[in-house]
Amino acid sequence: MYSLERPVQGRSSCSKDRLGRKRRTVVSSLTEDEELTEILKSYSSNKVTTTKYSFLSFIPKNLFEQLHRFANIYFIFLAALNFVPVVNAFQPEISIIPILLVLAVTAVKDLWEDYRKHKSDKFINGLVCEIYSRKQQMYVDQRWQDVHVGDFVRLSCNEIIPADMLLLYSSDPHGVCYIETANLDGETNLKQRQVVRDLPRQGSELTPENFHSRIECENPNNDLSRFRGFMEYPSKARVGLHNNNLLLRSCTIRNTETVIGIVVYAGHETKAMKNNNGPRYKRSKLERRLNVDVLWSVVLLVIMCLTAAIGHGLWLRNLKDTSFLIPDTTSPALSGFYLFWTMIIVLQVLIPISLYVSIEIVKLCQIFFIQNDVDFYNEYMDSRIQCRALNITEDLGQIQYVFSDKTGTLTENKMVFRRCTIAGVEYPHEENGEKSKYIFFLHNTTFSIREHGGATRRQASSRTATSAFVQGGAGGALPEPCKMTSSRPQMCMCLLKRSETDSMRLNCLSSPLFLLRDASMELTYIVDFFMALAICNTVVVSSPNQPRHVSRTPLKSLEDIKMLFQRFGLPRFSTLSSPHTTESPRSFTRRLFSRGKAASFTPRLDGVPGEDGDQGGLENSNGGEGPPSEPRADELIYEAESPDEAALVHAARAYRCTLQGRSLERLLVELPGMGSLAVRLLHILPFDSSRKRMSVVVRHPLTNQVVVYTKGADSVIMDLAESPKGAEQSDGRQGHIREQTQKHLDNYAREGLRTLCIAKKVQTSTEYEIWLKRHAFAETSIENREELLLESAQRLETNLTLLGATGIVDRLQEEVPETIEALQRAGVKVWVLTGDKQETAINIACACKLLRTTDQLLTANCDSKEACKALLLELRAEVERGEAAEGTSGFTLVVDGRTLDFALQEDLKGDFLELSRRCRAVVCCRSTPLQKSHVVQLVRDQLRVMTLAIGDGANDVSMIQVADVGIGISGQEGMQAVMSSDFAISRFKHLRKLLLVHGHWCYTRLANMILYFFYKNVMYVNLLFWYQFFCGFSGSVMTNSWVLIFFNLLFTSAPPLLYGILDKDVSADTLIKLPELYKSGQNSKAYLPSTFWLTMLDALYQSLVCFFIPYFAYAGSDADMLSFGSPINASALLIILLHQVIESRTLTWLHVLVLVGSALFYFSFTLVFSVVCVTCSPPTNPLGVDKLQMSQPLFYGVCALTTVLALLPRYTHQQYISPSDTLKAALMDQLNPDNYCRRMQHWNQTQAQSKARGLIINVEDLDIKIPDFILPKELKECRAATGSVLS
Amino acid sequence: MMASNYNAKEEDGHQPAAIGHGGAGTVKNKKPDNTAFKQQRLPAWQPILTAGTVLPAFFVIGLIFIPIGIGLFVTSNNIKELEIDYTGVDMSSPCYNCSQSYSWNSTKPCTCSVPFSLDQPFESNVFMYYGLSNFYQNHRRYVKSRDDSQLNGDKASLKSPSKECEPYRTSDEKPIAPCGAIANSLFNDTLELYYIDPNGSRTAIPLVKKGIAWWTDKHVKFRNPGGNDNLTVVFQGTSKPVNWRKSVYELDPSDPDNNGFINEDFIVWMRTAALPTFRKLYRIIHKKPNMTPTLPLGQYILEVTYNYPVRSFEGRKRMILSTMSWMGGKNPFLGIAYITVGSVCFFLGIVLLIIHHKYGNRNHSADIPS
Repeated sequence: MYSLERPVQGRSSCSKDRLGRKRRTVVSSLTEDEELTEILKSYSSNKVTTTKYSFLSFIPKNLFEQLHRFANIYFIFLAALNFVPVVNAFQPEISIIPILLVLAVTAVKDLWEDYRKHKSDKFINGLVCEIYSRKQQMYVDQRWQDVHVGDFVRLSCNEIIPADMLLLYSSDPHGVCYIETANLDGETNLKQRQVVRDLPRQGSELTPENFHSRIECENPNNDLSRFRGFMEYPSKARVGLHNNNLLLRSCTIRNTETVIGIVVYAGHETKAMKNNNGPRYKRSKLERRLNVDVLWSVVLLVIMCLTAAIGHGLWLRNLKDTSFLIPDTTSPALSGFYLFWTMIIVLQVLIPISLYVSIEIVKLCQIFFIQNDVDFYNEYMDSRIQCRALNITEDLGQIQYVFSDKTGTLTENKMVFRRCTIAGVEYPHEENGEKSKYIFFLHNTTFSIREHGGATRRQASSRTATSAFVQGGAGGALPEPCKMTSSRPQMCMCLLKRSETDSMRLNCLSSPLFLLRDASMELTYIVDFFMALAICNTVVVSSPNQPRHVSRTPLKSLEDIKMLFQRFGLPRFSTLSSPHTTESPRSFTRRLFSRGKAASFTPRLDGVPGEDGDQGGLENSNGGEGPPSEPRADELIYEAESPDEAALVHAARAYRCTLQGRSLERLLVELPGMGSLAVRLLHILPFDSSRKRMSVVVRHPLTNQVVVYTKGADSVIMDLAESPKGAEQSDGRQGHIREQTQKHLDNYAREGLRTLCIAKKVQTSTEYEIWLKRHAFAETSIENREELLLESAQRLETNLTLLGATGIVDRLQEEVPETIEALQRAGVKVWVLTGDKQETAINIACACKLLRTTDQLLTANCDSKEACKALLLELRAEVERGEAAEGTSGFTLVVDGRTLDFALQEDLKGDFLELSRRCRAVVCCRSTPLQKSHVVQLVRDQLRVMTLAIGDGANDVSMIQVADVGIGISGQEGMQAVMSSDFAISRFKHLRKLLLVHGHWCYTRLANMILYFFYKNVMYVNLLFWYQFFCGFSGSVMTNSWVLIFFNLLFTSAPPLLYGILDKDVSADTLIKLPELYKSGQNSKAYLPSTFWLTMLDALYQSLVCFFIPYFAYAGSDADMLSFGSPINASALLIILLHQVIESRTLTWLHVLVLVGSALFYFSFTLVFSVVCVTCSPPTNPLGVDKLQMSQPLFYGVCALTTVLALLPRYTHQQYISPSDTLKAALMDQLNPDNYCRRMQHWNQTQAQSKARGLIINVEDLDIKIPDFILPKELKECRAATGSVLS
Repeated sequence: MMASNYNAKEEDGHQPAAIGHGGAGTVKNKKPDNTAFKQQRLPAWQPILTAGTVLPAFFVIGLIFIPIGIGLFVTSNNIKELEIDYTGVDMSSPCYNCSQSYSWNSTKPCTCSVPFSLDQPFESNVFMYYGLSNFYQNHRRYVKSRDDSQLNGDKASLKSPSKECEPYRTSDEKPIAPCGAIANSLFNDTLELYYIDPNGSRTAIPLVKKGIAWWTDKHVKFRNPGGNDNLTVVFQGTSKPVNWRKSVYELDPSDPDNNGFINEDFIVWMRTAALPTFRKLYRIIHKKPNMTPTLPLGQYILEVTYNYPVRSFEGRKRMILSTMSWMGGKNPFLGIAYITVGSVCFFLGIVLLIIHHKYGNRNHSADIPS
């Protein structure tokens, strides 16, 4: 921002201040005007530095940043304190070691991160692009960092845009170019950009010398979707600039040969850089708990120091003439005060400062393991889990509420056209549905093929995908898609069945006797319907091997069409009378499109022969370069904004109504039997959420009429199609169609299909003219243009003729029911928040087992706040009754958006929460993004629970950000959700392992490690404290100060780290099989305040043992201080290490290595030190001490006794006093498979029984209890056995 | 415990197959490695101990510790030890008079003789200690008050001792050698032992004053500056510690190997004691080559040259005669502690065994919580 301020200030004296404060002026960099050149120079260059430090500033800046941490301040304070002579405890240089070490570790970490950034910066800055050079009168290669505002940049296809620039020229004859914004927001569809309007059209490329216009635009900002400004020609004419004139940095040019633009924002001022935020920082629940206990440690420290200080004062006062002491005149009180500070230095270790560094390291490693989990790998997207937040891994183990989006999260968001109803007749579309799945899968992987010169890697990968698909189809063992179909829950099956019966009934109704006498009428409907599917969208068409272009084919004569229609008239009749209903639409379509040449594509997907009719069309879109399929001339790739659109276009294409190309003015559609038709596109009234529909206005190629095709939500379209103006007969037919369609729509919704209605309207030319005028006015108006446009669209979209409706299935993702089941068993409450209709939502909830058959469904729909209040109370009463009575296993609340609005209000939210708390699951339908986040916030704040939100689309972003843990699903709908999430996964099922296994592990590991750290510090520091009672509270230590400092820093630091990274209390298998184990994390079992204090007590006991056994063993002897400290230190080390062995649940060779290594390190260090150090380390000179001690049997006797006695309570306690669920599960892990399996069943049964005690015995539950996932072979067998026993 | 190692290998073996299966031999480059380490499947021993493993541990500890304890206890009991307090607190005490005139710098030595008798002969080498009580040699400021480099023979430190030695760093503007409070408070009583023959004659018992310091201290840590030639010259320009009666080079003029900083009495004193009640080795009475005990039973006299004032801070002075075992001096504590801990373990083992037997069966089939 400041970059603009500077020129303004600099020019403030200048009278010709054309710059507003909020604008920037850009002119061609070739300008001669010095003043303007000056302005251009003031804008930041395109060189990007994202590094925090430079070579010189690293040390001071990094130090400064590190000093912002409280922990480091504390360390430095201690180090500084040690330089004060009256209070110093050690040699000053020793006390610097810890802080230096901590600072160094952090600095190295920062340096490494910064270096990586630097490398990528350097790479990016060094990229090359073509800039127009005035000297050479041509475009020359320049590095990105040398690009300046005002430069002309020429880019060719597939090049990356170096800076934000205004599109001035495109090789496309229509002056458009396409960009892919995947680098920016992850959206892979192409976006169209347009050359600035009214630029003098040049036959050849734009010549920069002749460019004398001035561009005024906004200051740099981070709004990707907004760009405002104008361009002033030398003639003083002004042209408005919009977002679609702007090419954004880091996007890729696609499908356009050459573009030229002028740079308006460069470097850090580009929108891409302005949007570049660092990683997210959240504070985990455990960390908050930890901070409380750190404060307790501080209290403990102060108490200990005060004790010592008072003790010292009293000791001094009682001391009479001390011949041996240093004569001192300070009063005992003052000495006590000094001693307080000395003791803080001596006991500093009590505050586990290194804990914070350790936690960071452990979390990084935990994330490493999460990211490397092969179970989270998605083969088709070639993606693994992304951990974006680095410090809330353990929160994953404490989740109590999961808020899930439906579309794209629980479901695939891969829309498959399943059924449609045209003019009141329903056509199921099963086989297409089954196959389209593959298409969409391919669609995802093959989109990159279209550019030939593209990166070879992408090409290669897509080829793999294609051939994998082919193999799978050919009967090979293709893992994923085949599994998906075979393991698809019964929903699909039931859909199939139901559709059969439905269509049978419906077909009976629509028998030829009925109103549909005119066959050609129906055919018109059908053609119109598919035409609408094909063109009423914003799909961008591209083909892999030819640059996008539109061929203008001459219009066919009307005669041709008549002939066509006649040809198809008869077969339709015969199919209608066919008794076999499922056959009818299929055979109809086959016949309808039999003129189309069968595809030469051979591999069979489903093995059903004789389906070439609609199969060929589908396979074309594979667009694969896989070996089996020859590249065809009409390979097309559709880039749709929403998966629904793509599904519809693909469906239309399956029926040979192919969208072949699109330009600004023309659509190229291939109709069956008619070849390609160019449809003149007059207007697109794009989709918006308030209208819930979109329309295209075209000139129909056959009739030459102006036709409006509208596609939208059923509720809206059905209303708009309400009042048909036509003749009596057609009115009756429309009414019938409406009636039937509504019926079908209801059925679709019940089956969980997404419905869209298609309607059309034929405009007379006069009507159109009138509308056009007003529309043009709306388009050109500057003030409230949006409103006017909306109004204009609404004016057009009236009196529609309903053509039909589509049912698109959004398949459930694999293993969703199992995952939800597992989460519920784990005590996690699952809420589904969706924007879908209530019926669809309930249906999906049923399908994913969120709602069980035994559940009682509570629906809350109301229109006013009062009604809402009454309803909430009533429902609550019902729940209470239900809880008292037996027979229901739980309640599920279904709330719609309006009711939710009322329920979220201040005075009702209590009731709402109370109600929802008692329900097993809650489904919120028709909810807006804002409502979603409100719900999450309400639950999180009011119930004080850990919440997790998971979603995939932009509408889930706010919810994801509000929740304690936000999870994004990288799916079909771009990357916004992923960008705002803490973790990004590719499938919903991954949530199960992420929470139940990794969450549990991360939580227990970290909690145990933190407790262990506290224990370790308290235990060790207390040893020093006890010694104060025997040295007149003078702050003496019985240990060499190096050993003292290193004890925490080196000798005992690695084992707890490893413990925090690798400890596994229960195996992953068992954790997944017994989701109940997750509850221990939810209730923070591993780290309760009581656990903390128990640990403290244990530490106290151990330190007492560890100090007083050596004390009594050496009392009255000639042992000197260090000889006395030596066995204490050695046994403290053994105790601390063995304590960890007792505490940890797994010991791998790594553990053994680190534990043994630590012990060896300590002993060898002290030994070597006691031999080498002659005068070093005064006054605690270790020369000979440890060498001598370790040669005496007494040393070992003391160590052995101390270690055993100190660990005895924990050892006994661990095994006998508190066998928790987790421990039992861990014990199960040790059994052989047979016993394990038996035990597992037993567990599951007892769980079911304990549930039954409160509720009822649910036979179905028992069945589900054994979750479905890949079991070892023997377990599978045993499962089968149990299954038979149970039945 | 778990042989997941094999799994990992097996899956690794599968991986290339999967790639081949994927088609054109392209590597899915984001796929995490399926190794035991990265998938957290390292073969591990799970130290969850069941009754089957815990109980034996208790018995084993019990069985090992009790015999050790008994051994230690017996060893400690076989050590003969005699302690004589010669502070002179009581009026009746022979050293009462000497203890009254406490001053570091009294010129005429005060001597007193303390008679005692041995009921048992001391067979092997006898170690003679002096013991001090309520003397906080471990006080932080006291401990610090020394200069190790000076004691190591560093000439620069000899001339300008470390600041830690303050206020015993210089006297009369000359550096003190050895500087510091520890050296300044050097124990300066002289103890001599006489055996009173039944016939009444006194025999001096030979007390060896060398070999009482640690070898490393004597040979590495403490060194006279500039070798051992003429200590008087070497220490010229330094002054003696204020409480000392003679200079450091006069500590043992008879033996140049025991004079100056390497005087063993001095070295022993400089090793600060851990606890306020301590003893320090003073002399050794070597075993006689013939069969007679080192110290036969009978009457003895301890001749004390009483210099060291302790009454001001209510300290006590003792003379200790003790024999040694492999475990060091007499200390019954460790033996008793071993026996106790061993018994506790044994007892715990029995209790747990009973619990296990009583509830074990139920435990075995249904240790799943409700």
